[in-house]
Amino acid sequence: MGWTRKILRVDLTKGTCQSEPLNMELAQQYLGQRGLATKYFVDEVDPKVDPLSAANKLIMATGPLTGTPASTGGRYSVITKGALTGAIACSNSGGYFGAELKFAGWDMVIFEGRSAKPVYLAIENDRAELRDAAHLWGKTVWQTEEIIKKSHQDPQTRVCSIGRAGENGVLYACIVNDLHRAAGRSGVGAVMGSKNLKAVAVRGTQGVAGIKDAKAFMKAATAAKKALADNAVTGQGLPTYGTQVLMNVINEMGALPTRNHRDVQFEDARKISAEAMREKRPTDGKAQLVTNAACFGCTIACGRISKIDESHFSVVNKPEYWGASGGLEYEAAWALGAANGVGDLEALQYANLVCNEDGYDPISFGATVGAAMELYDLGILTKEQIGMEAPFGSALALTKLAEMTAQGVGFGKELGLGSKRLCAKYGRPELSMTVKSQEFPAYDSRGIQGMGLAYATSNRGACHLRGYTVASEVLGIPVKTDPLVTTGKADLVKAFQDATSVFDSAGVCVFTTFAWSLADLQPQLDAACEGDWTMEKLALVGERIWNMERQFNNAAGFTAKDDDLPPRLKTEPAKTGPAKGLVSGIDKMRPEYYQVRGWDAGGVPTKETLARLGL
Amino acid sequence: MQKSLHIDPVKCTGCLQCEMACSFENYGVFNISKSRIKVFNFEHEGRMVPYTCTQCFDAWCLNACPVEAIKIDAATGAKVVHEATCVGCKVCTIACPFGTVNYVAETGKVQKCDLCGGDPACATACPTGAITYVDADWTGLDKMRSWAGRTDTQARVSA
Repeated sequence: MGWTRKILRVDLTKGTCQSEPLNMELAQQYLGQRGLATKYFVDEVDPKVDPLSAANKLIMATGPLTGTPASTGGRYSVITKGALTGAIACSNSGGYFGAELKFAGWDMVIFEGRSAKPVYLAIENDRAELRDAAHLWGKTVWQTEEIIKKSHQDPQTRVCSIGRAGENGVLYACIVNDLHRAAGRSGVGAVMGSKNLKAVAVRGTQGVAGIKDAKAFMKAATAAKKALADNAVTGQGLPTYGTQVLMNVINEMGALPTRNHRDVQFEDARKISAEAMREKRPTDGKAQLVTNAACFGCTIACGRISKIDESHFSVVNKPEYWGASGGLEYEAAWALGAANGVGDLEALQYANLVCNEDGYDPISFGATVGAAMELYDLGILTKEQIGMEAPFGSALALTKLAEMTAQGVGFGKELGLGSKRLCAKYGRPELSMTVKSQEFPAYDSRGIQGMGLAYATSNRGACHLRGYTVASEVLGIPVKTDPLVTTGKADLVKAFQDATSVFDSAGVCVFTTFAWSLADLQPQLDAACEGDWTMEKLALVGERIWNMERQFNNAAGFTAKDDDLPPRLKTEPAKTGPAKGLVSGIDKMRPEYYQVRGWDAGGVPTKETLARLGL
Repeated sequence: MQKSLHIDPVKCTGCLQCEMACSFENYGVFNISKSRIKVFNFEHEGRMVPYTCTQCFDAWCLNACPVEAIKIDAATGAKVVHEATCVGCKVCTIACPFGTVNYVAETGKVQKCDLCGGDPACATACPTGAITYVDADWTGLDKMRSWAGRTDTQARVSA
């Protein structure tokens, strides 16, 4: 059946945990995870709600393939109204937590209200209870996980938690599970912190039973795994180099945003690339990369496990950082590196460790540091205000600011608000490289035109994971399109956005889409889930989810004006590389996109569109 | 030919496909808590290691069992728990030096790897070749080949 058919509803105000049946009619229309949880969310929460108020809710949701041997079938998502963005937020994470939640018998957990004091949720199969978390408050993610496992006397417990960033109101705080996997973007961790909810600990021993047609499912899952193994990206590139395989590629394309998007190529890209992570360091003769690693059920294994250089200035006399740990992934390496002009690989890994340890998004953090460094460069922010010299390229400033943000001290408090609020405060709002208050990831809209449209129209603010047209414009998946032109990008973005909505709702990882189309996912879903899951139905589900999210944002007060890029990307041409002389063609693509979507000129879905999608 | 499960931890990514395959083979559910093979993640070292019964030739569990519920499968050499005979006394779990035979509260019996009758599901499911089912006398063959390849004898160029 795919679903466990059970929802856990946790009222943090009253301190109660209640089981309720999953609405199976909605499951047929919204599948699971992102789609289904967002449906529950929009039905229950006022779009105008203050994200950090008790009236906001937070949902942790698995998909129908979570906890099955479908490759990458271990995902869960966190759905809420984003603290950073004020838009619908949906942050997806791997690791082992999602599958464990499913094995405990829950499709999703809905948190509502706000606890008067710090608590954590302990789940053991059908039993769930809120427990005092006074002893955990103020602790890092890593400490919290260790303390809970010890006190439960169960090393097999899986934990997700917020660190000090989530407690301190860092607006891009994450929820981190299994030490270094994160529901990373839009500030879902800040919402969790505002509810005084420190962690969720889960142990599930019930497994996933009742797959609709187990034989057909195993056949489909095996065929799909073979497709991943045979594909050059998922079978070789990602396991060998991780997502960091992109650093040199995107730099060569002239699409690597550098120094707060002043430049599109980074002279030190090579030093912070996947290739550099595999090279032996002169200091200790060891490579930073230790091994690759998989999340639950994943046959790609793109994850990076690294060891920092013990003699690096950031960790001298700090043995707690010397062990193997997660990182660097491409987005983090870009944001902590190129976005600030920092070419010190070990400094990036240290900042990345601090982000994991205290639970905040390295993309938004790194990009915000980039904005601060530009303000410093312009003389708007001073050494006294920041507490140190902070020129572009300063590894020392990056690492110090990472610590200050984690601890919520000094200038770290201002960095914790994100670049939109920071730049506005200092009178230069146009220097914030954001859409809907969320910082860009690692692709420049001038060198990869489709990504500009994907960012501008992403329902959770600037993001590469809502419509990854890089696959087509750079890697030629499923077909190669020209990254420098706007023609055809409206259709391309819509197709990626709708398909991704289905993958995000199924319980699998979007990275499968380098090798899989919906046609590879469909037989797995159809064999696992009750109902008739045709290609047509899935395509409609994807588009329905996208429009539902859009409607929430429109009701929250977003308009077509918010589907835009910062002026720099529209007026300052790329200085070097293949895109030299180009600006983003977002103003040309946006109306085309609205038309392709069946929305009016104001970006509002028409009645016909809503009727067609059953909204 | 007698075959045996062979584990190469360097290749393990920690995906747990082996654990799901084991539980599905033996219980018809995807439930890693029922798996007879277990992957251990030594997080701070960056090492993941699958571990299960190695089918000792002179098996402690078999010798310890007071009711002779653990028998040798003649075809595979696996030491197999006969559930109908097992009384759940757990003496075998004490006797086994490796911890690979464990009690199952739900059934009141013990469970251990039985090599799936000669076609181990974990090895089939492993995507990286970290778990293989190979000639029991030659589990070192791949390592030998790898080291043999590093000897510095020149390849002969044929005319």
